[in-house]
Amino acid sequence: MATSVTVHAHAPQGFIRKYIFSLDHKVIGIQYFFLALTAVWVGMFLSLLMRIHLLWPGVSLPLVGEIKPETYLSLLTMHGTIMVFFVLTTAPQGGFGNYFLPIQIGAPDMAFPVLNMMSFWTTFVAFVVIIAAFFVSGGAPLHGWTGYPPLSALQSAGPGEGLGADLWITSIAIFCLASLMGALNFLTTTLDMRAKGMTMMRMPLTVWSWFITAILGLLAFGVLLSAGILLLMDRNLGTSFYVPLVVVNGQIMGHKGGSPLLWQHLFWFFGHPEVYIAILPGMGVASQILSTFSRKPIFGYKAMVYAMLAIGFFGFMVWGHHMFMSGMSPYSAFAFSLLTMCIGVPSAIKTFNWLGTMYKARIRFQTPMLYAIGFVSLFVSGGLSGPFLAQPVLDIQLHDTYFVVGHFHLIMGVAAIFGMFAATYYWVPKMFGRMMNETWGRIHFFLTLAGTYAIFMPMHYLGIAGGTRRYSQYTEVAYLQKLMPLHQFMTYAAIITIAAQFIFVINLFWSIFKGPKASDNPWEATTLEWTTATPPPHDNFGGVTPVVHNGPYEYGVPGAARDYVMQTDPATGTGH
Amino acid sequence: MGLALLVVIWLITLISTYFFVAKTWWLPVGASAATGFIDGQFALTFVLMGIVFLAAQLSLGYFAWRYREQPSSPPVKYSHGNVNLEVVWTVLTTVLFVGLNLMGSRVWASQRFDQAGPGAVQVEVTGMQFAWYFRYPGPDGKYGATSVKLMDPSAGGEAAVGLNTSDPAAKDDVVTGTMFLPVDREVDVSLRAVDVIHSFFVPNLRFKQDAVPGLNIHMHFTPTAIGEYEIACAELCGLGHYKMHGMVHVVSQGDFDKWLAAREAEKQ
Repeated sequence: MATSVTVHAHAPQGFIRKYIFSLDHKVIGIQYFFLALTAVWVGMFLSLLMRIHLLWPGVSLPLVGEIKPETYLSLLTMHGTIMVFFVLTTAPQGGFGNYFLPIQIGAPDMAFPVLNMMSFWTTFVAFVVIIAAFFVSGGAPLHGWTGYPPLSALQSAGPGEGLGADLWITSIAIFCLASLMGALNFLTTTLDMRAKGMTMMRMPLTVWSWFITAILGLLAFGVLLSAGILLLMDRNLGTSFYVPLVVVNGQIMGHKGGSPLLWQHLFWFFGHPEVYIAILPGMGVASQILSTFSRKPIFGYKAMVYAMLAIGFFGFMVWGHHMFMSGMSPYSAFAFSLLTMCIGVPSAIKTFNWLGTMYKARIRFQTPMLYAIGFVSLFVSGGLSGPFLAQPVLDIQLHDTYFVVGHFHLIMGVAAIFGMFAATYYWVPKMFGRMMNETWGRIHFFLTLAGTYAIFMPMHYLGIAGGTRRYSQYTEVAYLQKLMPLHQFMTYAAIITIAAQFIFVINLFWSIFKGPKASDNPWEATTLEWTTATPPPHDNFGGVTPVVHNGPYEYGVPGAARDYVMQTDPATGTGH
Repeated sequence: MGLALLVVIWLITLISTYFFVAKTWWLPVGASAATGFIDGQFALTFVLMGIVFLAAQLSLGYFAWRYREQPSSPPVKYSHGNVNLEVVWTVLTTVLFVGLNLMGSRVWASQRFDQAGPGAVQVEVTGMQFAWYFRYPGPDGKYGATSVKLMDPSAGGEAAVGLNTSDPAAKDDVVTGTMFLPVDREVDVSLRAVDVIHSFFVPNLRFKQDAVPGLNIHMHFTPTAIGEYEIACAELCGLGHYKMHGMVHVVSQGDFDKWLAAREAEKQ
């Protein structure tokens, strides 16, 4: 199981091989992290423009000019796509997973360093391609991040459906390739590169979450890649996979016999597991941090592992719950609905176990812990709207309203981002050797927690009242006009919350360069990354191969010299 | 810090709950036979999820404060969990979620499994960028043929849906831009889209269904109160999605007959 640590123990010296085309998983992890950080600012800026447009439709903004209805739809398409792919998929897995999975299992690097480098640079190319969609003639596509054909398949269906839409789907296809490479690497590394004594049931829950996410990625992205290629063919080669005989603006299109629902099945076969690709690493990080800062073993380690496996398993059988109103057979809604409810069970188990971990603990409130607790709160709030939407009969009212927007933003958007914030505050000291500022971390946390609730909770009220989503203006339908006060409130909340994110980036960059030096184990944590130097040497453990004797969360062990027992400490006999 | 968390989490929870309970923004007034079922299932789900929401958030805030590290804190309870507890909450949540699902599924079956009865009012709903058209088959009870070759959206009305006026069954077809329905009669809608996917959403009638190019989807509902109800397109269909709206006028049977007769007369 343990492999030689001398494979490439000598760090490359040239700048390009060290920082640009690096094979070191740590450098690649940081590259992914900064790519996602760039993408999240782009995505957030787009959402700010959308919120401003909803309140002041006619206003002309510096840089972007006046936002027209079609511009608004381009903004929401690009916001969704950039956030889902280049933030929620990229940072937790590509960023933190890349950096810490090998270290946490005691490996010197990923199993395939060259593949790892290629998967990052392929992701980078995908990002460049999607950003290019803004600048081509016609602009970015307006078909939403879900890209339902025929709208997404016909050039004449709307502005942005020309070259912009081709670039959009090409970018996603490239991203799929990158994710497939990454997933293979994660799986092989986890299975083959664990240090002596690092049994599967001694792996930190973060490693389990990256491992299960990689399985989901391997199975899901291949399907999206194929679906995307078929869409490109429909768009450019005259095939009719998704497009039946249609008439756009009185013009008969040259398609015949295709099925718009086929795309929806393929897209959501990817799209639903994607939700878990975004959130599972957050669950892993939250578990890790809750246990560390509660100074208690995680409650129900095995239950946590089985729950994540169950979520991954069921995650592939529920895609039809996005399609209850699509014209799919009403009978199949039965099965999809029941399976969707089943996926709530392991999610509930995880929540109980997080609360169980905090019960009778000695909680320390550094910023990572605040974010982990915020994650649990948001996970509960975002999760509990799930059983509404899982019922087809309630979807009659709620489908494609802001209720859905509130639901998925809380759970796969904000909760996942809280997982990333927690991970950032927790691991930046290890990655860059400097502590982040606690005071500003706390201010950032409370502003962001209250702010995100203020943005996304009202969306539920809006949706219940029939507030349809993807409307560039709420002025054309009388009953929607009455809901404008909610939109006003959300826009103000968004402006404040977005402003608060400057605190985070300033704190991040200031700390990386100027923060107080971090010790090797500032949080008194137990997993392997805290046994090595800060920041870790090129081969992670400085020529030593760690040997693991204990489970990952041995805190408060009775009779131990200090309140935590590291995984490499002599066996306590009480762990797994 | 524990106290700050308790206060913030509790405040967020209570304020969020207040607006749900006060129903400041709530389901629009229901005007169809399905209202009771759907709103009832919504209320049941809302109460159950609300209880879980309050219990989870309030205990999260409470635990953060109660178990904060203090010099006087006792040593933690060293435990890797409790299998019995895991079993208890697994079973409880399974019963809760599956039970809720089965109850909801009965309602769903009542809405979507059966076809409309024989006496239902026939209306064909056609969505196109960015308008809705409604076609009534007329006294013969048969829709005339339509053809994509004849579709001319800019002309509106019959031409927009491509009605083949040489078909005898099409002679008495009425095509309008506003939907009229008699109260307390079941409506058999047949949903079509000519260009991209649209979704026919009438919040007051508790009705939503995508209109998909290439498919002819039959659905039914029964309006139960006279009034005017807004249609909002609920599937992104292009730059005019936000203004693709329409009206449903639910009127008495007598008024409906008069309205339809007047439209027939206009045609002649």
